[in-house]
Amino acid sequence: MSHDPSHLEILRELLTDQLLAVLGTHHDGEPYTSLVAFAATPDLKRLFFATGRATRKHANLVADARASMLVDNRTNRPADFTEAAAATAVGIVEEIAPDERTDFEEVFLAKHPHLESFVRSPSCVPLQLRVSVYMVVTRFQHVIELHFD
Amino acid sequence: MPLVVDLRAPETREPSLVGGKGAALAMLAHHGLAVPPALCLTTAAYEIFVDGASLRPVIRQELGRKNFDDMRWEEIWDTALRIRNRFLRASVPQAVAAALAERLTSELASTPLAVRSSAPGEDAAGASFAGLHDSFVGVRGIDEVVAAVRSVWASLWTDRALLYRRELGIDPDRSSMAVVIQPLVQGEVSGVAFGVHPTRPGHLAVEAVHGLNQGLVDGTIEPDHWAIDATTGRIAAHRPPESRRRLTLSAAGTEIEDLAGAPAPLDAHRIDEITAALRTVETVFGSPQDIEWTIDAGSLVLLQSRPVTTSTTDESDKRAWYLSLTRSLDNLRGLRRRVEDDLLPAMDREADEIAGRDLESFDNRRLAAEIEDRRSTHERWVDVYWREFIPFAHGIRLFGQFYNEIVRPDDPHEFMNLLGGTPMLSLLRNRRLAELAAAIRADPQLASSLQLGELDDPDFSERVDAFLDEFGDAVYGNRAVFEDRRGLIRLLGTMAAAAPTEQAFGAKDVHEMTAAFLAAVPAARRQLAEEILDVGRVSYQLRDDDNIHIARHKALVIDAVAEGRRRLAQTPAVAEELTDPDQVVAALRHPNLVVEPATAPVALEAAEGIRPQPRQLVGQPAGPGVATGPARRITGVDDLFDIESGEVLVCDAVEPNMTFVVPMVSAVVERRGGMLIHGAIIAREYGLPCVTGVPDATSRIRTGDRLTVDGYLGIVTVVPRPADEHSEDRRATD
Repeated sequence: MSHDPSHLEILRELLTDQLLAVLGTHHDGEPYTSLVAFAATPDLKRLFFATGRATRKHANLVADARASMLVDNRTNRPADFTEAAAATAVGIVEEIAPDERTDFEEVFLAKHPHLESFVRSPSCVPLQLRVSVYMVVTRFQHVIELHFD
Repeated sequence: MPLVVDLRAPETREPSLVGGKGAALAMLAHHGLAVPPALCLTTAAYEIFVDGASLRPVIRQELGRKNFDDMRWEEIWDTALRIRNRFLRASVPQAVAAALAERLTSELASTPLAVRSSAPGEDAAGASFAGLHDSFVGVRGIDEVVAAVRSVWASLWTDRALLYRRELGIDPDRSSMAVVIQPLVQGEVSGVAFGVHPTRPGHLAVEAVHGLNQGLVDGTIEPDHWAIDATTGRIAAHRPPESRRRLTLSAAGTEIEDLAGAPAPLDAHRIDEITAALRTVETVFGSPQDIEWTIDAGSLVLLQSRPVTTSTTDESDKRAWYLSLTRSLDNLRGLRRRVEDDLLPAMDREADEIAGRDLESFDNRRLAAEIEDRRSTHERWVDVYWREFIPFAHGIRLFGQFYNEIVRPDDPHEFMNLLGGTPMLSLLRNRRLAELAAAIRADPQLASSLQLGELDDPDFSERVDAFLDEFGDAVYGNRAVFEDRRGLIRLLGTMAAAAPTEQAFGAKDVHEMTAAFLAAVPAARRQLAEEILDVGRVSYQLRDDDNIHIARHKALVIDAVAEGRRRLAQTPAVAEELTDPDQVVAALRHPNLVVEPATAPVALEAAEGIRPQPRQLVGQPAGPGVATGPARRITGVDDLFDIESGEVLVCDAVEPNMTFVVPMVSAVVERRGGMLIHGAIIAREYGLPCVTGVPDATSRIRTGDRLTVDGYLGIVTVVPRPADEHSEDRRATD
């Protein structure tokens, strides 16, 4: 067996250590990306994030809930080509239901306590990406998909 | 920082500028010891070169292809070969060449030179490793010096150095290399001396040869060896070599001369002088040293000094064995004679003798002894394989290195095209199969009767028998490949239904490529080139053939075990068919023994609820080209006969005894890595894309997955087959 850490371990580390992710949405086929603060549930099946109700990404998600999120640990050095890891999550975004609100705040604010007032603002929409698959990339080109059955 | 410095200048004792060897020579000169005059091309020149040619990202990418601990030695060699080729193809900056030319014109214009590696840190106290980087002797004129300097720079990244990367702290951003350039001192006698005897505590050691030191250092020439009592300075032991020989300069580089009956190269007086020098040098550096020296016109000259070489007594550290695989041409010549003239014929003779024994006439006890005898004979030949055949495979590498230095090709493995087309047994076997398939293709009646599983054509049946007589000993795992004749017939049917496959290069292509290569070699070295190519070809051929010869012995074991199983099947004490030969032997000896069959190992489970699926796997590029096709994962003999034309062969390790399926496939993917493994060699013979060293290839890829194999970049892209087709493979892994 390989001496490399498993892709699940790499994914868990990325989702725990990284604060920001690139959210990919679209509007009428026009692609759009934005940086968002995120937090993963312990089973990694959901990625929580939040945005203002008036933002372009929110409008895009209302029109089409399909989205992706990229998380990586690059450091802007040449060594990133071999040492950095990245994970792309693909799935469907939905608004957090009132009965899930406590879950959301526990997970999201534990990682981003300074965003408490933002999250509790009436104009802020708490969201979750329900992940169907992660694509984990190591060593620049080694790609393993992790599917949730 | 200066590009070229004189090692007699005081500021040159800085290892980060002139490297370990350069700094030591400067120190010796500073203390008035006799050393040859020397220039040093500083590490600043290396930095300008690698940055100008953007080589750092190349090195980083090559070293980062996979976890180093997962790389086999062959993969490390390939990695080093690719890095080296990029160095050889990069231009030496004009400023560096001009600085060298200026100093050579005035000081070292026409004399033969030694161009030596001098890496900072290689000789630091506590981490001294001799022979990891390259040095060249007999270099003449500015063009040869520039080429040798580039090769020395490249040798910072040799496979040997990569093996010791942890101790050397190898990092593309921090590693550098200086080069020492000296007039070559063509001493009458040369040698080394060790401040600490490698095996006798309380002693020093002196080794000496007639002629140049290079032959001793690279292991080509066996020296006289003296052990000296460290306290009294007296000679405690003298071990002469089997035969004395001498390395001298020649137009082609160097040559070896036999010196039958020559006296020992040193007398007691000289040994005292060398021992005294060793003590002086130890005082200069403040620690025990190993030195290289020569005697020029009667005077002792020191060529280099370094802290005593780190030696490992850890038997689990196999790196020393790997380093011993690097053989000189002279050593390979001797090994070739031994392999061709003695070992292979002896192996075949013994197989013939064993095959002549009548198993059916043996009683059970005699049969049990026969199984054990055959197994130990097979193991003995496997041991010979590791000791003698594997080192001989270095002939391929030696030619590769020589070819790349002359041709500097775009593809660092282009040299293998010149080795291809040799009459390997596996290719001969594939041709025989192709002939049988052609006979089916030409005869529709034969084809349709074979499709119905009937073999009633006596002529064709005879030809199949002839094939089995010649190649029926092939073994894969613990089974005879052709034990089921129906499998062979099915395979021939599949081959006949597809278009015939041809080897990538015919004899004419190889002849033309050879002629072009030899024309590129300077006239003085052409004969040497022909000899290295010849050894490379024999080495390449044997790399495949030796496995086929050994398989005969394994087949003989399987035959005897099968005979035992056949008898035991009628014994009530045996629960089921036994798979372990030890159990077969025990049951034959003890008829009342109750034997349970071994249980199969339990497969590892994936993490709960998460199903990993490969999308793109990175390995080593091992055969250029791109091909797409469904995967055929090989886990046993039966899978070989299920292969359909155009599928991608996916396996743990392609063995010579299964390469008969390669002409039918569109690409090869292998977990085991390296360019000189059988899969890569045979894929190249048929011009197929090949990626080796793909971690967990056989556990991640399933039969039926659609693969795109990129043999240029070493990448395999996987599109899983539809979910409803999973059942066959689940069954296979259950």
